[in-house]
Amino acid sequence: MNPVSASEPWLYRQSFTVHGGNFDDAGLVSGRIKSILKAKGLANETIRRVALITYESEINMVSYAHQGKIDMILFPTHVAIEATDEGPGIAHLRLAMQKGWSTANDRIRELGFGAGMGLNNIRNFSDIFHISSQMGVGTRLRMIIQIPSGGPMDQQRGQHES
Amino acid sequence: MSGGRFRVFSSGKVIVLLREVRNILDAEVLVGEEKLDMNVKTAFGADLMSDVLAYAVSGCLLLTGLTNAQVIRTADVLDIAAIILVRGKKPAPETLRAAVEKGIPLLSTKYILFETAGRLYQNGIVGCVEKVDEPRVSL
Repeated sequence: MNPVSASEPWLYRQSFTVHGGNFDDAGLVSGRIKSILKAKGLANETIRRVALITYESEINMVSYAHQGKIDMILFPTHVAIEATDEGPGIAHLRLAMQKGWSTANDRIRELGFGAGMGLNNIRNFSDIFHISSQMGVGTRLRMIIQIPSGGPMDQQRGQHES
Repeated sequence: MSGGRFRVFSSGKVIVLLREVRNILDAEVLVGEEKLDMNVKTAFGADLMSDVLAYAVSGCLLLTGLTNAQVIRTADVLDIAAIILVRGKKPAPETLRAAVEKGIPLLSTKYILFETAGRLYQNGIVGCVEKVDEPRVSL
């Protein structure tokens, strides 16, 4: 359970599957999440942050994992993204968080990725970021993006405050 | 065209139409002929999508030599206004399809990245950031 959402009922949730090695599909999940949040009336800036975080997570999964799952959960005050993969895991989390550190192969670099910016970007664009990884099992990212007040979510916010 | 290619408003801001960008760069419009009247003020140039994701700002032009469909998806995630392929690069068919689907204008110029950036800057378009990790002061 993430720390922000523990006591709050969610408004919408959806799970997406990502297949490792399938570079042609990288970006489809973030595209769909973007459309969903747009339809929910969230501000462009919030949507952009969620889309960016999801996209970087997808790129990581197709680049390194066998397969993965991205869960998007919309709450009145925030969006939670959980990216869980079955893969080799990350040996040195501290190193992986550093700008420029990468284990990418040529295929990934050809596509314009693998510059060692991904996890760093995800952390920078999240309000809360948590990463855990187990060698030979996989990696799990949990991110929270706050929804600023003054938008269409305010109505739902009020309903849960009683 | 009379009086130069761009207009400076009293606020000091410069607005250039995508149509004028096309003319400045002698570019071919591959997707988005109907969107040439959009305004652009800033640009970002890189072949590394990782860096584009880290630093580009919504509404800017993306100058790049990369031609795969990830360029369009990266641009879509960031709400990039339009993409200029430099060095005469032509996109892969799936890149064209993605640009049409996302409604992102895609242009191709034979100028190299340095010349493309220089010509746009000369015409009033500036970087969407000046230095990384520092807020832009002059916009």
